[in-house]
This record gives sequence, C-alpha cells and structure tokens, in this order.
Amino acid sequence: MVDEPLITGNQTFHSITDTVSKIAERKTTVTWLALIGMALSLVLVLLGSIGYLVWEGIGVWGLNIPVAWGWAIVNFVFWVGIGHAGTLISAILHLFRQQWRTSINRFAEAMTLFAVICALIFPGIHVGRIWVAYWLFPVPNQMQMWPQFRSPLLWDVFAVSVYFTVSLMFWYVGLIPDLATLRDRAKTKVRKIVLGIASLGWRGGNRQWINYERAYLVLAGLSTPLVLSVHSVVSTDFAVSMVPGWHTTIFPPYFVAGAIFSGFAMVMTLGIIVRKIFKLEHIITLNHLEKMNKIMLLTGMMVGYAYSCEFFIAWYSGNTYEAFTFVNRAFGPYAWAYWIMVSCNVLVPQIFWFKKIRRNVAVMFVATIFINIGMWFERFVIVMSLARDFLPSSWDYYSPTIWDVATFVGSFGLFFTLFLLFIRFFPIIAMAEVKGVLPQADPHHGGKH
Amino acid sequence: MAQIFPKWANKIPLLAALVVVFGGAALVGFVWYYFSPEYTDVGYRPTQPVPFSHKLHAGDLGMDCRYCHNTVEQTAWAAVPPTTTCMNCHKLVLPESEKLLPVRESFATGRPIEWVRVHKIPDYAFFNHGVHVRAGVGCFSCHGNVRQMEIVKQEEPLSMGWCLDCHRNPDQFLRPLDEVTNMEWTPPADQEEFAKRVKAERTINPPTDCSGCHR
Repeated sequence: MVDEPLITGNQTFHSITDTVSKIAERKTTVTWLALIGMALSLVLVLLGSIGYLVWEGIGVWGLNIPVAWGWAIVNFVFWVGIGHAGTLISAILHLFRQQWRTSINRFAEAMTLFAVICALIFPGIHVGRIWVAYWLFPVPNQMQMWPQFRSPLLWDVFAVSVYFTVSLMFWYVGLIPDLATLRDRAKTKVRKIVLGIASLGWRGGNRQWINYERAYLVLAGLSTPLVLSVHSVVSTDFAVSMVPGWHTTIFPPYFVAGAIFSGFAMVMTLGIIVRKIFKLEHIITLNHLEKMNKIMLLTGMMVGYAYSCEFFIAWYSGNTYEAFTFVNRAFGPYAWAYWIMVSCNVLVPQIFWFKKIRRNVAVMFVATIFINIGMWFERFVIVMSLARDFLPSSWDYYSPTIWDVATFVGSFGLFFTLFLLFIRFFPIIAMAEVKGVLPQADPHHGGKH
Repeated sequence: MAQIFPKWANKIPLLAALVVVFGGAALVGFVWYYFSPEYTDVGYRPTQPVPFSHKLHAGDLGMDCRYCHNTVEQTAWAAVPPTTTCMNCHKLVLPESEKLLPVRESFATGRPIEWVRVHKIPDYAFFNHGVHVRAGVGCFSCHGNVRQMEIVKQEEPLSMGWCLDCHRNPDQFLRPLDEVTNMEWTPPADQEEFAKRVKAERTINPPTDCSGCHR
C-alpha cells in the first residue's frame, strides 16, 4: 500500500522555502494593517478594563458569594486548554513519528504560547492587589511569608509557568533553522542583523543538525508529560475543593481531553484561515485537516463520555448534593448554558463520522467555531456549580458585568495581535521539517524496495 | 557570503551569561538590602514640634515610661500624653522656658501638640500594646533604649518577619512584669527556665497564623 503524499503539488525543497519565506518577506499589506489595527484596539479594551479593575478593585466584576469564581477562571481554563493542542501536535505526535504534524506544528505552537499568555493574565489580575502578585511565587521576603504548598492554586502557578517556559523553548529551538533560512535570504542590513542574532549562528552543518535533533527530542520528551499534567493540575483547582460537582476523580482526564479538543478546534479555525489567505493548500492539505477532524471526533466523544459519566456517578454515589448539582445543571437556571455546551461539544463533532464532511473545509470551519464556543461554556457550566451550594438561603444567579466581558473580549484582541505579528514576521510553516517529509528527503526515493 | 557579524561577536554569549549571573546576583543583593525596612525605616528620626528629650526625662530624671504613656498596660495604644500631663510639672518647673512655649500655648488654647509618629505599622496589622506588656515583653525590645535618646528614633525594622522572629521564639524577650520598663535589663542565666515557667503561667501562645495580626 502506498500512502498518499503528505505534501501535494510536486514540491521541491526550493519551492517550499520560497512559498513559506515569501509570506514573511512580503511588504506589509493594507489588510494586515487593518486587522492588527482592530486587534490592537481590542488590546486597548483589555488594558483599559485591567486598569479600571486595578484602580477600582475586584468588585467591578460580577463576582460575589456564593459565586466567588466567575469569568476570570472560566477564561483562564479556556485559554490554557486551547494551548494544549499545540503541545500535543509538536511533542506527542513527534515522539509517535506522525509526520503530518510538520505542516501545522509551527503555528500550533505559536498559538499555544499566545493562548498561555492570555491565560496568565487572569490569575495575575484576579488577586485584586496586583502589585503583590509576586506573592504567588516562593520569593524569600522580610514578611517571612511563604506560599501554601498544599493549595492547587499554587500548583497552577508552577504548572503553567513551566508549561510556558518549555513551550517557548520548544518553539524557539524549532524556529532556529528556519530563521537562518530567512537570514540567508535577507536583503537589507537590518533584517540580516536581526535574523542573524535570532538564528543564533546556525549554519546548517552536520554537527549542528545532530545537536539540534537531540535537543528537539529532549524538549519533546519534556513537553509530553506537560500535555497531560498542566490541565490535570488546573482541574485540581476544582477537584480538590469540597463542592459537589467538582470533587470528582474524573476531572483530570476529563479536563485534558477537553483541552486537546478545544485546542484542536482553535488550531483548525486559525489553520483554515491561514491556509486560505496564504494559499498553502498544498502544504496543509485536506489530509491534514481530516486527521485533525478525527482527533476532534475522538476527544469530543471523550468529553461526552465524561459528561455522562458525571451524571452516572451522581446517581450511583447516592450523594443527594451531587445528584442535585447535576440535575440543576441540566434543568436549573443555567440549563441554557448546559445545553449549549452539550450541543456544541457532543453533537457537533458527530458530523465528523462522515468522510465527506471531514474533507469539507467550510463545514469544518463552522464546526470548529461551535466547538470553541462549547468548550468555553463547559468551563462556565462547571464554575456555575457554585451558584447553588449547600444552603438554599445563599443561592444566587451570577451574571457578568461589562468589565468581565471587556476583559474577555480584550484577551482575544491580545491573542490576535500576537498571532498577526507572528504570521507577519515569522516562518509560519516549519520549512526544515516539511522538507524532511518530502519524497526527495528519502534516500531510497525513486527506487523500488 | 559575507559575514554579517564581526569576530568579536563570538564573545557576546559569554559576556551575556556573565552579566546575567553577576548582574542577577547584584540585583538580588540590592533589593535584599535596600528594599528592606532595616534600610528604609530603621533610624527614622523626625523633628518634633517640641524639643522634648526622653534622655532627660526618662533617663536623667528617672521617670517611668508609664507616667506619660499611662494606658500601655491596659489598651492597644500606648497613649501619647495630653498637654496637661506636661503641665503637671511644668507649671512649676521652668515655667518661663522658651523651649516650652508651644506646650504653654497648647495648654492655653486647648489645641493638642501635633507630635510626629515615629513607630508606624500598616493599617492592616493589628498590634496591641497591652497584650505584649502584660506578657512581659519589655519596651526596650521594640523601641530600643529610649532612655538614652535625645530625640526618639526607630531602632527596629518593625517588619512582619521581625515580628514573627519573636512570635516563633519569644523566650529571650520575656521578663518579670516589674522589669518591663527597665532599659538595662539583661536575660539572667536561668532565662530559659524562667521563660518556660511564665509561658505556662501567663498562657503565652504567640499566634503565627495570618489572622493573629491581620483581622
């Protein structure tokens, strides 16, 4: 059996270099300026709402007892989750020798970094007294204060900051050969110097490649457990507390599956747009998209399984509070959110059982948007378990304020600003890696073995 | 292809590493020393509206701290005396003194003298003088040897870590109750046994949890 080629259109090493490099070497277009203008104005919204939050205090948000965790943690989990697809694509698929990852790993990893940056905003600003946010870290101080190591909120600090650091290194190491390619093509003095510094003296010699491959493998090995651990730790924020609907052992795997699910949806959303605009259909082929759709079908069903398993355990445990929480989720005041979640996350991916749809770009684009929405609502539904706790006298209905909304919308502005800068100045496809999976890279190419 | 960078550029990574290591160490050292209350607060000696000398009153004349700061054993605040306390003596002692002009003026008008506060702790930290004095912590432990001070200055950092040092291990700072205001008192040889005994007698159990001081 002969596999379909990963890269179509009879590409050569040179044509790959040319196609990808030219994206970063073009003159700035008006469209790009318009887009980044919009994104930057949303960043202003973000900065403005953070500024107001710091000035006025945490009360500008819709938080109160009993819902002491609102959109801030929903957005945090949403953004961290999105990051996971990038790491899965770059690390786990690398270890499993899935060569199709090479076409999408670069911008998926970039997306990871930007999503984690957006995520880090929320725990950073939610502390209220933002000027003492460094108390999150174990910094020796004259107050002899020390973080509470038994708190999952502290584990979060470590999990996410390690995740960000390793992802950044992984992304950057992967970039070095491609930055060197851009450097060698550079025409102006400034480009030569900037890219020369960024490519860290890469010459592409054998010894450099050996070291590079080793470093890349080591980083892939380091990142792999992070794919599973980071969102497991995030889930312990909930699971370690004694709130019905949160205090369950299914949370870590359930969160990890959801993270990969939402991350792939975001990779697809961005990938489909990028592929269309820059005419990269022969590098990010329909086969790539189909494979990602299959992963979304799988993880979507894992998430659906988790939803139903929660219900089963709520009944099977015989715990009335647990049972109430879940009935309340599906039929209580937040039923609308619950059914948005179920429709988007469980029903929508079912369309990917059909090959025709798995290869239909327009349909899958719409589906990924729905999944992104659904996964945000999943976190919202989980957090809103707080609205009806043990004491009916303290029940309340949480609604966000304009500042909650502005901060969230603003975080999208930051995300898209970073992403637009990335597609303007960086090689958005891992050229060196894509060349490695071309037929020409195979020493037995052309022979019959 | 022509080289982009000159040869000396090879030294930059090493240089950068050195800057990060030594610069980082220097920065940590700088913050550690210059940002701590031991540097920023200790030695604070504001000019007071009246050139009142603790050295003269408490030292040379031997007045007890509690003659003026009379609420120190009962309440959270060690009272700053009203002008009338000064006038108890100064009606007769040096009634014409130029230095005492603001005191007489205050006495005549009834407007208090605006003493400048020396020992400040943040509003979210609750300190109770009475509890500490009744436990047998001497004035000296926090205020230094006021009896020798012409103008009062801050002797100790009053930082949270400094508070906790004593709260975790108060043994060296507990005294017999009649020695609380004694500035020359030193722990006797059997201090440890004494501390053990009084901790049981006076049920001294200094809190180290947050809500002990941040209520």
